Amino acid sequence: MLAAEPSVADPLATVLLVLTWAGVSAYVLLAGADFGGGLWDLLAGGSRRGARQRALIEHSVGPVWEANHVWLIFVLVLVWTAFPPLFAAVSSTLYIPLTLVALGVIARGSAFAFRKAVTELWQRRLFGAAFAFSSVITPFFLGAVGGAIASGRVPPGIAAGDVVTSWWNPTSVLAGAFTVGACAYLAAVYLTADAQREGQGELAEAFRRRGLVSGSVVGALAIAGILVLRADAPLLFGRLLGAALPLVLTSVAAGLASLVLLAYRRFTLVRITAALAVAAVLWGWGLAQYPDVLLPGLTLAQAAAPRATLLATVITVAVGLAVLVPSLAWLLLLFQRPRSTLSR
Amino acid sequence: MLPLLLAATASPVAARSQMGFSLGWHIVVACLGVGMPALVLFVEWRGLRTGEPSYRLLARRWARALGVLFAVGAVSGTILSFEMGVLWSGLMDHYGAVIGLPFAIEGFAFFIEAIFLGIYLYGWDRLSPRTHLLSGLPIVAAGVASAFFVVAANAWMNSPQGFTVVGGRLVGVDPWAAMFNAATWPETTHMILAAFMVTGFLMASVYAVAMLRGRRDRYHRLGLLIPLVLGVAAAPVQIVVGDWAARYVSTEQPAKLAAMEGLFRSGTHAPLAVGGYYSGDELHGAVHIPNGLSLLVHLDPDGYVAGLDQVPADLRPPVPIVHLAFDTMVGIGFALLALGVWLGYCWWRRRELPESRWFLRAVAVSGVAAVAAMEAGWVTTEVGRQPWIVYRVLRVDDAVNPAPGLGWGLVAVLAVYTALTVATVFVLRLLASTPVPAAPQERDVTDYQVV
Repeated sequence: MLAAEPSVADPLATVLLVLTWAGVSAYVLLAGADFGGGLWDLLAGGSRRGARQRALIEHSVGPVWEANHVWLIFVLVLVWTAFPPLFAAVSSTLYIPLTLVALGVIARGSAFAFRKAVTELWQRRLFGAAFAFSSVITPFFLGAVGGAIASGRVPPGIAAGDVVTSWWNPTSVLAGAFTVGACAYLAAVYLTADAQREGQGELAEAFRRRGLVSGSVVGALAIAGILVLRADAPLLFGRLLGAALPLVLTSVAAGLASLVLLAYRRFTLVRITAALAVAAVLWGWGLAQYPDVLLPGLTLAQAAAPRATLLATVITVAVGLAVLVPSLAWLLLLFQRPRSTLSR
Repeated sequence: MLPLLLAATASPVAARSQMGFSLGWHIVVACLGVGMPALVLFVEWRGLRTGEPSYRLLARRWARALGVLFAVGAVSGTILSFEMGVLWSGLMDHYGAVIGLPFAIEGFAFFIEAIFLGIYLYGWDRLSPRTHLLSGLPIVAAGVASAFFVVAANAWMNSPQGFTVVGGRLVGVDPWAAMFNAATWPETTHMILAAFMVTGFLMASVYAVAMLRGRRDRYHRLGLLIPLVLGVAAAPVQIVVGDWAARYVSTEQPAKLAAMEGLFRSGTHAPLAVGGYYSGDELHGAVHIPNGLSLLVHLDPDGYVAGLDQVPADLRPPVPIVHLAFDTMVGIGFALLALGVWLGYCWWRRRELPESRWFLRAVAVSGVAAVAAMEAGWVTTEVGRQPWIVYRVLRVDDAVNPAPGLGWGLVAVLAVYTALTVATVFVLRLLASTPVPAAPQERDVTDYQVV
């Protein structure tokens, strides 16, 4: 039941689309790294050998993961308020991967909280395994959802797409793997600097190696992705090489720069370039789709809510961000200080 | 069990079961998320003022439990956002633009809650005591605000306002009017009070069990008394607010009121029916208080109350469930009020907690009872609105996602939640069973790690 179907989108709709995409970026760059931490927890080795790595991951993820997680809620509520037909189409057709994401979120968050509360080894192993596996599964299905939208397999309308092949196809599988890889890569890069700051040089080296390996894997997946998109999602592929080309090239440059910076141990600077490499992929995809929110068939103008709703949402987000940004800055900076100056 | 589940996977029954189950699970933890921060801050403040180790240890132990419960609440609330689209895509497609606003505001409130909870828990020994206490205040405010906005969205489903439908198109959308609809104030007040009651009685019940097992030191007495006072203070207010909410229902949703009361025949001098079983348009075995319902609704025995005979048969909610749920909620509400009177009387006479084991037993069950009353209240309002998802605007059957195989989601959710429930209970019991020193000293307090 659309209010109207103008051909040109309300500027407020564009503003909200940009804010939504900023929320997606914040989620990927912040919460994505928390998921990546779970992957490294999984690969940290036996209880004794991996203890220090797991402690660092827990120390870095613990204070921030809940706040980082809320970016997902932010994105969901913005989409369903400002672009209801988009939300309805995506969530009805992709209900399988989205339900798995929701269950993965439950398993990851609760197992992480539970693991901190238990002391016996078997209990810590059990919750640790649940935490780590769900940290891999959740970003995979989120990526698969992205791949479904990007490859144009989610038509407008309720449950109009195929409930299986929409997210189980070359683009989705590749996007899922890419998302898992990007999360792991971001986590390794962030954890390297965290370990360095805590004065744990050996751990910093270990995560630096992981960063170099995962960064190379993600780069390889990106190259494979270009080939897959050309075959499987020609519409998006064409547009990526059009208007979105500068962003694609930015991602490539930032990704290569990150590997060099990591090799030369510039751990603070590499955080920025690694985040930029991942963010540029997201914005490149977004720009390639614009002004279509679903390819093909649903434009931003068609998806946008009536103006009164858009205005109320913009006001809400403006007021909300004014409170949110300083609070979030306090949280993130408070736990970025070395532990020694924070302790009693 | 399995065949039963498979039979139930036919939507929209499966969708309603999945939503009801995940929401009913989440709301218990959500209540604690609303109520607990205030109690933690209160005991922390008392600890700072008096320096007494009992208060200070209570603050740390409650904060640790809050940390676990908040995490579980955050993630069990997330699936509800997904379910809004995965299950109710028809609702969101049609009316997301009308009712999205309170969810968006709630999103920010939740953000503030999560941020300051991180600061509060992880900054316990890292911030100055005063800054630390202040960093907890936004959690209380944001928790109450979250409850308000998310229940405002539910209220809109009972009193849909803020839009017009002309020729199948949505016109004149006013999201502010939708958010502040006729049901918003009574429903949100009712729920926020319920959250404080659930928190108060649940937390007190933990200490009642410990005291029944012989731990009657100051630490346990404070642990019982402080939450219990919150619960019993809210109980009488809740009964007044509940009456307000029922009056709203009587004017705006007469079919729901008739189902709550099991009233078939419309008319004046309507009796108040307590208990009984409704079948064949009649309530069997109920205790009838003459003119009771007319008096409650209109303060006048001649007051007219619409019964189910005014509602077409296909638009009637399942009366037996609604009537039973409503009576359960009201009955428990009055029982909790009586518990408060008991406590108040003993305090007035002796400035002391009642010593009897029966009092402790009553407090021990009050937590579960408060949860049961709150769940029964949600069953009353949600089942009482059937067959509508948006009252008189959209039917549940038209809102549900028609995608094939949707019912398997219910199976997956039940499986994951079984594990989640077992793990949550296990971890909370573990936290509760960590030994408490008989007379806490400074070292006992500072050695207890919040996170």
